[in-house]
Amino acid sequence: MQLSHSEFALAPAAERRRFVLQARPATLDVAARALGLGDTFAMLAAAAAGAVTALRLGPQEVLLLLDPAGADDGLSALRAGLAGVAHSLVEVSDRQVGLDLSGALVEAALASLTSIDVAVAAFPVGMATRTLLGKADGVLWRTAPDRFRLEVWRSFAPYLSGLLDEAARDAVF
Amino acid sequence: MSQAFRVPGHGRVDPARTVSFTFDGRRFQGQAGDTLASALLANGHHLMGRSFKYHRPRGAVSAGSDEPNALVAVGSGPALQTPNLRATQVELYEGLTAVSQNRFPSLKFDLGAVNTLAAPLLPAGFYYKTFMWPRSFWDRVYEPVIRRAAGLGVAPTAPDPDHYAFQYAHCDVLVAGAGPAGLAAALAAGRAGARVILAEETAEAGGSLLSDRTSRIDGRPAALWVADILAELAGLPNVRVLTRCTAFNYGPHNMVALNQRLSDHLADPAPDMPRERLWQVRAQEVVLAAGALERPLVFEGNDRPGVMLASAARTYLNRYGVACGRRAVIVTADDSAYRVALDLHAAGVTVAAIADLRPAPDSALVRAAQEAGLTVLPGTTVQRAHGGTRVHGVELARLLPDGSVGKGRHWRADLVLMSGGYTPSVHLFSQSRGKLVFDAELGVYVPGEPAERTRSAGACRGVYALACVLADGAAAGVAAAGAAGFAADAPAWTVDAADEPGRGGYAGALPRRGKGLLAMAFVDFQNDVTAKDVKLAVREGFQSIEHIKRYTTTGMATDQGKMSNVNALGIAADALGRPVEKVGLTTFRPPFTPVTFGAFASHARGDLFDPDRRTPIDPWARAQGAVFEDVGLWRRARYFPRGSEDMEAAVRRECLAVRGGVGIFDASTLGKIEVVGPDAATFMNRMYVNAWTKLGVGRCRYGLMCRENGFVYDDGVVGRIAQDRFHVTTTTGGAPGVLALMEDYLQTEWPELDVWLTSTTEEWAVIALQGPSARAVLAPLVDGLDISAEALPHMSLAEGTIGGVPMRLFRVSFTGELGFEINVPARHGRAVWQAIWDAGQGVGITPYGTETMHVLRAEKGYIIVGQETDGTATPDDAGCGWAVSKAKADFVGKRSLALPAMQAPDRKQLVGLLTEAAWEVLEEGAQLVARPDEAIPMRVLGHVTSSYFSATLGRSIALAMVSGGRARVGETLYVPMEGRTIAVTVTKPVFYDVEGARLNV
Amino acid sequence: MLLIRCPYCGERSEIEFANGGEAHIARPADPMSRTDEEWAQYLYMRDNPKGLIAERWRHAHGCNRFFNALRDTRTDRFVMTYEMGRPRPEIDAATAAEAAR
Repeated sequence: MQLSHSEFALAPAAERRRFVLQARPATLDVAARALGLGDTFAMLAAAAAGAVTALRLGPQEVLLLLDPAGADDGLSALRAGLAGVAHSLVEVSDRQVGLDLSGALVEAALASLTSIDVAVAAFPVGMATRTLLGKADGVLWRTAPDRFRLEVWRSFAPYLSGLLDEAARDAVF
Repeated sequence: MSQAFRVPGHGRVDPARTVSFTFDGRRFQGQAGDTLASALLANGHHLMGRSFKYHRPRGAVSAGSDEPNALVAVGSGPALQTPNLRATQVELYEGLTAVSQNRFPSLKFDLGAVNTLAAPLLPAGFYYKTFMWPRSFWDRVYEPVIRRAAGLGVAPTAPDPDHYAFQYAHCDVLVAGAGPAGLAAALAAGRAGARVILAEETAEAGGSLLSDRTSRIDGRPAALWVADILAELAGLPNVRVLTRCTAFNYGPHNMVALNQRLSDHLADPAPDMPRERLWQVRAQEVVLAAGALERPLVFEGNDRPGVMLASAARTYLNRYGVACGRRAVIVTADDSAYRVALDLHAAGVTVAAIADLRPAPDSALVRAAQEAGLTVLPGTTVQRAHGGTRVHGVELARLLPDGSVGKGRHWRADLVLMSGGYTPSVHLFSQSRGKLVFDAELGVYVPGEPAERTRSAGACRGVYALACVLADGAAAGVAAAGAAGFAADAPAWTVDAADEPGRGGYAGALPRRGKGLLAMAFVDFQNDVTAKDVKLAVREGFQSIEHIKRYTTTGMATDQGKMSNVNALGIAADALGRPVEKVGLTTFRPPFTPVTFGAFASHARGDLFDPDRRTPIDPWARAQGAVFEDVGLWRRARYFPRGSEDMEAAVRRECLAVRGGVGIFDASTLGKIEVVGPDAATFMNRMYVNAWTKLGVGRCRYGLMCRENGFVYDDGVVGRIAQDRFHVTTTTGGAPGVLALMEDYLQTEWPELDVWLTSTTEEWAVIALQGPSARAVLAPLVDGLDISAEALPHMSLAEGTIGGVPMRLFRVSFTGELGFEINVPARHGRAVWQAIWDAGQGVGITPYGTETMHVLRAEKGYIIVGQETDGTATPDDAGCGWAVSKAKADFVGKRSLALPAMQAPDRKQLVGLLTEAAWEVLEEGAQLVARPDEAIPMRVLGHVTSSYFSATLGRSIALAMVSGGRARVGETLYVPMEGRTIAVTVTKPVFYDVEGARLNV
Repeated sequence: MLLIRCPYCGERSEIEFANGGEAHIARPADPMSRTDEEWAQYLYMRDNPKGLIAERWRHAHGCNRFFNALRDTRTDRFVMTYEMGRPRPEIDAATAAEAAR
């Protein structure tokens, strides 16, 4: 699952531990502070500090991506901050895989899969959202003007890789 | 004959690049830039097809996508031939191969043309009248014969070797059509900084300007002005110009579909190149600049090859450098045809006469024609065109003041041009639900109030004069950009063009002298609908234009009213004695022009048709030669054949191995949901029929879920990981639906509950280890965890590690044997499987698939939701009444289960069936009746839901849902099959280890 | 394809959503106290209006939240979307007429 054309590349993302954090919005604010990520997780945005990146995917849902090296510290801080407060923290490290998409054709390739506008004006760096890509769900996070992280459930990765590869080839014409 | 009709110095084709092609096997030459039609016409070849119903010889009548006649098949071979393409749109390339359609044995001599002689027998609605009887003849005789005789091209038979691209796009302003209005609009919006997409159907932007040799814009010839504008647009990074790209569907909320043809015009496209690209464009604002289509005139023989639209002849001359004939007669109701006459005259074509239907035409253009010495016949109509495969003359006649028609006079001509005025192309506007209004002055429907954020500009709203068109386009571009938030200035140009086209026009059939009982004057060329057909429909009582359309087929299929609409309306209005605007309009349906199926499918074919979901253990199963089956999107191992085993043999062996030793099964596809929060147990109590409060941490329970209507929806084992955390499993196919149903109740009915749901289906690889030897195999692997019967009894769970890998271990069984389900993080699934596999070698560990799983569970009478249940079974019907909590005040489905009908004694209930002959395996789905000799229709008591040969029992077994089944245990029922009836004995649904002794070990 | 404004994610194409049927039909607090007729009414009877409907949608391929929408069934025009739990908003005649257009 490593594809590369001159203007489009798809590669496995760096190893991350993953957790889905769900709670009422006020509790998520508490979590943001516990993780040192500000006073709140902005909707559809990524926030990062230290080993922890948080993607706010819904009013009650945050996807946490943790560098394995600092993951335990982050989790401890989070658990301490949320002790006694109703929430759900579920590990999904193996549920999904991360793919790094990059290159000049990355927008065109994604535009053949998702109905979301992926132009940088509409989907700026730092934005993250779940969307439908072809017939598979995925979380799309723009990490640079020409770079996206795609988080997909494990069994959908070959399908999405194949689709992106074909879309990128077509985008040349 | 080599391009004898090519006019030097005219047209945009490349005179230096000659291109060879074949049509019906004959070699021709054209020039780069030609269409197939223009190249054939350059060779004096008008005959391009045979008509749909009467097989009449036909030539190109237009020069664009409105062409009804010149339908050809391009390419060769069973896969590569594309039927029903318009020769007027097919771009020429070296080696192009095209054939005509709907003729046998050849285009020139077509046996089907006898249909013309039989035309009096084939009026509108003849199918409905003629082929009524006998009924049985329809499928076998009439329909196949009609389909063969009347039809379009032949569909390819082999899979399409091309591939097709797909793209969503978003823009501020979408402009459909790159004629003068569209170019002006795109430029205005583009200069303002709006994201603009400009889609043009033909190969080149410019529209009517490419056929215009006389108009000047800012002092420049029109075609050079087009080049200037395109150069500026190309320099704007926010503007995308797409040629060969048809806007064919205007969907809700400004989503417009475009079909872009990428490779069809290339002799040798790059191997990777998609053939077409389908665009779905979401536009803030839309500008429709689709132009207008010239209307044909309806008179006898108006379909003869060589009878064309006047504007088409101008386009062939000025855009393609082709004279469509040597001697033309022009019949018109509009000034625009005079410009055509002047252009033809200047190019050396003899214009024998201009017959003008209007009594006293007078304008600068008319005078210019007269000054050029052309014969103008005011108040003159055409009676008929003469000719067979090519027109050779027309009969013109005076329109007398009393409305009658004078005696005709024959005019020799090899080209007859007709202009009935212009019809605005309102198709996309109409598709967008915009209201059309009748413009009495123009005599046509034009866009009225839009329903979407859209505006029409130029000829598609009845604005025809070039100066007005440019101003209208620019204004529309400014307005669209402004509405999308971009302040724009309207560009302005000075136009030097005196022409005022589109002010005249005619709708309906031309008046005739005499009755003309056999005259065929075509309204809809493509569907072979004549003026008489429309009149007949009215005579037979059809009043609504929608009914007339269906009865006569006028404007149906790919025409969608492009060429026929207004004339049909005119004839119907005349026959109905109502004004046109009171007759109404038929619906314009998408697509505007036909779209290749491949474009709709785009990437969704072959391996990418659907996600092909595979488990972490799938590579192992494949290496073992497993046979797979589709379960939802998952691919699951069905059985593992050894040697030459068929499924039956493999399944028998696998079943015996599990019952006698140990089997290993990949259960990773089971749906899993983690239910977490302080209110988790409360939520589970409400969602499931079972009671959860007292389920201890570390214990499991079989959970059964109903929908609110009381019918079984899903099931699965649920484990309590912690006081506030449940590990819920669902069926493989039911996972998304169960999660959605849970979210529905949680978010909309019980938002006060502090509980959240996370799908963990793919987090865990699940390895089922089942059989009396399971514990012995597993115990050494689990890093000291005590999995004895005492420490880990049936229906309990433990967290631990297996070979250092974190594990949730469930002591559960779907086989009736001692069993474990080992959940490990997915990345470790393959390795843990291997470790267990290796450890089991000493006891003959056997991999088994879904088929064996089904047999084993059926032996135990365990249901499969969706197999035993069908959306009408209650828990009690399915033999699971024991799971339903009596103590709970409420759960989803409880109230419905209390309805009287849900407790009727004759409800279908789960039972077992045994045949007399041990070898006889019933068919799943077979019906059950009470008496073997019952008269048909028999009273059906139930049906077989599962049926297998049980190797364990040495006989067949079956499960069934039978009316009042539990009271029938011991009875004999009958399964009527083709030619015989099988007697079965009703039993309890558990066939093996009824006491469950094998589970609790 | 409709364009639907998720209250949490903004405008997205219809393909990301699942329609959840008529809104503001609350599940009875104590179902067992309802008569069979009342229960059947709750379970099966829906208005299916020609005109404005309040209906539920789920942003199934996005934030996964349910929300309500006011849509004109004749024109597919949305008047507004709003969060679950809020009462059906009052719509003035001009807005309703615009939705019907």
